[in-house]
Amino acid sequence: MSKYRKSALTAAVSIALLSQGAFAAEEQFFPIVSYRIGPYGANGQSFFGGFVDYLNYVNLKENGINGVKITWEECETEYNNAKGIECYERMKDKAKLSTGPIHPMSTGISYALIDKTAADKIPMAMVGYGRTDAVDGSVFPYAFPLVTTYQMQASAIIRFIKEKEKGSLEGKKIVFLYHDSAYGKEPIVALQEEAKLNKFELTLIPVAHPGNEQGAQWLKIRQEKPDYVIFWGWGVMNQTAIKAAQKVGFPRDRMIGSWWAGSEEDTVPAGDAAKGYMSATWNVAGKDVPLIADIEKVVYGAGKGNLGDTSKIGTILYNRGVSAAVLSVEAIRKAQEKYGEGKAMSGEQVRWGLENLNITDARLKEIGATNLLPEIKTSCDNHEGSGKIKIQQWDGEKWVVVSDWIEGNKTLIHPLFKISAQQYAKEKGITPRDCAKEM
Amino acid sequence: MLYREAGQFKTSYAADQQLFPIRQDRMGILILLAVVFLVIPGVASEYWFSAILIPFLIFSLAALGLNILTGYAGQLSLGSAAFMAVGAYAAYNFQLRIDGIPILVSFVCAGLTAAGVGILFGLPSLWIKGFYLAVATLAAQFFIVWCLTKFPWFSNHSSSGVISAQQLIIFGYEFASPQEKYLLVLSIVVVMALAAKNMVRSSTGRAWMAVRDMDVAASVIGIRLMPTKLLAFAVSSFYCGVAGALYAFCYLGSVEPDGFSLDMSFRILFMIIIGGVGSILGSFLGAAFILLLPIFLDIALPWAAGLLGLPFSNATVSHIQVLIFGALIMFFLIVEPHGLARLWQITKEKLRLWPFPH
Repeated sequence: MSKYRKSALTAAVSIALLSQGAFAAEEQFFPIVSYRIGPYGANGQSFFGGFVDYLNYVNLKENGINGVKITWEECETEYNNAKGIECYERMKDKAKLSTGPIHPMSTGISYALIDKTAADKIPMAMVGYGRTDAVDGSVFPYAFPLVTTYQMQASAIIRFIKEKEKGSLEGKKIVFLYHDSAYGKEPIVALQEEAKLNKFELTLIPVAHPGNEQGAQWLKIRQEKPDYVIFWGWGVMNQTAIKAAQKVGFPRDRMIGSWWAGSEEDTVPAGDAAKGYMSATWNVAGKDVPLIADIEKVVYGAGKGNLGDTSKIGTILYNRGVSAAVLSVEAIRKAQEKYGEGKAMSGEQVRWGLENLNITDARLKEIGATNLLPEIKTSCDNHEGSGKIKIQQWDGEKWVVVSDWIEGNKTLIHPLFKISAQQYAKEKGITPRDCAKEM
Repeated sequence: MLYREAGQFKTSYAADQQLFPIRQDRMGILILLAVVFLVIPGVASEYWFSAILIPFLIFSLAALGLNILTGYAGQLSLGSAAFMAVGAYAAYNFQLRIDGIPILVSFVCAGLTAAGVGILFGLPSLWIKGFYLAVATLAAQFFIVWCLTKFPWFSNHSSSGVISAQQLIIFGYEFASPQEKYLLVLSIVVVMALAAKNMVRSSTGRAWMAVRDMDVAASVIGIRLMPTKLLAFAVSSFYCGVAGALYAFCYLGSVEPDGFSLDMSFRILFMIIIGGVGSILGSFLGAAFILLLPIFLDIALPWAAGLLGLPFSNATVSHIQVLIFGALIMFFLIVEPHGLARLWQITKEKLRLWPFPH
């Protein structure tokens, strides 16, 4: 009798333990280091609004990733490096069990986290910013500058101009007007290589932060009479430059900005002056992407929307947040294929997923994100996965995409990353992985 | 009762002149040191080390540096973050360019480099004073950050201007874990704080204070203004420089010039204003207040909101946190304009008389 009772008890306990274990394992945690206040709070609200909305959408629509519910915790960084580290350290212990990739949305914070995330085995995605030589995954196993980098973007812009100029840039003059900071200087090396290759004349003109006074720079541009201005602006600098271009009579449709200089926040304040202005982007704006429309219906319909101001849905930054979340969820899906469907994935497993992403157009169509972002295929020695951008043009009211996906010159740019990553490995005493063995 | 000094007789000059003349203070400091060196490394979590203790110590050191200049020598400076940047980049370059240089030597050299730059930007203090001097040091803030961005040599031609700190190896032992880094930072900070405490009561410190209180009077009694002021700039920048090197090597791991912004200089200035101008202890209290209070509010507010059932979003909590933080700063400045250190001093005086205040 007592024997039966004991075994029944054991069974009950083990079932309870099992179900608890299963319950705990069915949650995929996302540590979100976000900023919704501070100098770039407006940008953060759109981006992280989109990010969280998509996670909610996956939970509502598909009951999580193959049944694994997504949970998350947000921590405010105010775009401040020290606060970013504090947030990361605070959420780290929880993220050691299961974690989605961290998106700091700040180059400074991503630089500060690059060693820490590698040591803690938590993957970090820097979609369109951050340490670009992390493309070389042999040195940076846990860092993923997904989709495209500043250098590849600059190279793609050159290619776009070249196509516009019917295939030759020889003897042309291009001015690179940039925010005098890490962000603005990063593409210089790529542009110099392109200038050598395509034999155009490159003039570098820096603008000091914050860039609300550019009289001298545009005077110089007027003297130089360049064919094109490539423009790496940030914040208030963008609208100032567009207005200054109008003042000196430089045609706006010969001015191409980076993707940080191509959101509604940049063009609307410039008013009429912005008409015709072009910029690069790796995701498209608008609600005509089926996924974005569906998010609005499902998530906001259920009253679970993250944005207070719903007019931001479909803006370029909102869609960028959704794209970043799509990439993260797809990486977890990929990891589940290998490590077990319906299970929560650890940082190491998600890392593998990010490194073996293969998001085809067919897959993008399945989730309703056709043309929202380019196809992506990552590998150990290519953590970027795409290197493609589109060029969009402001028609006075909205952004209109004017090109197909354009890929930067990978054979020219990727070796530059390799050199820089090797130097980093040497300084830090890292032995690079052998990517041939990672296949 | 606990804090009475009755019965403590000083029988020698040495006893009278020691750093902490009251026995209870000496015991307190020894216990504190024992706790921070022996107990905390065993019990604190990684979060505490890398998010709270290490930045707290580093900023205390920077605040201490500024306090020497502003609090003791009376020269207002808005360039502390820039001197930290000099320290960080100098330490990086010494490590990079001189083969096999011990890391501690690079830290000292970084401090000396910062001291040199500090002297350079301290020169205007010979002619201008007060707010005008603050504006002159503002030039240091902008010039140094610009210079580090402009010349790629400083960041070893990194395309983005960002430097990554090298490994911390001392006598063949690598300081890699947060706990080890904490101990390293702590040791450096303790040594430098004790040095500062001694310095400000030496003839140098007395000369600084004389200059602070009235420089004409100081020069009349035979204090040479130029060396005194420049020495204050040098020592202050040395402290800031070492703090900057620690900031890069033990805290962030990689830094960019823009990280050392005017904003950071202001934070360090607020630390000494809130902690107590002209007080070594005040630098630590101020750093704790400015750094730790927001974190505390950040954790406590959502919890409190949850308890009261208020539907606060993340952004709202952050806004409220800023509001409360600002209100608290005003509260403390109104209640005690001389800073937290003064509050501690008052407590101490009350304690000495307790329980029989006459």
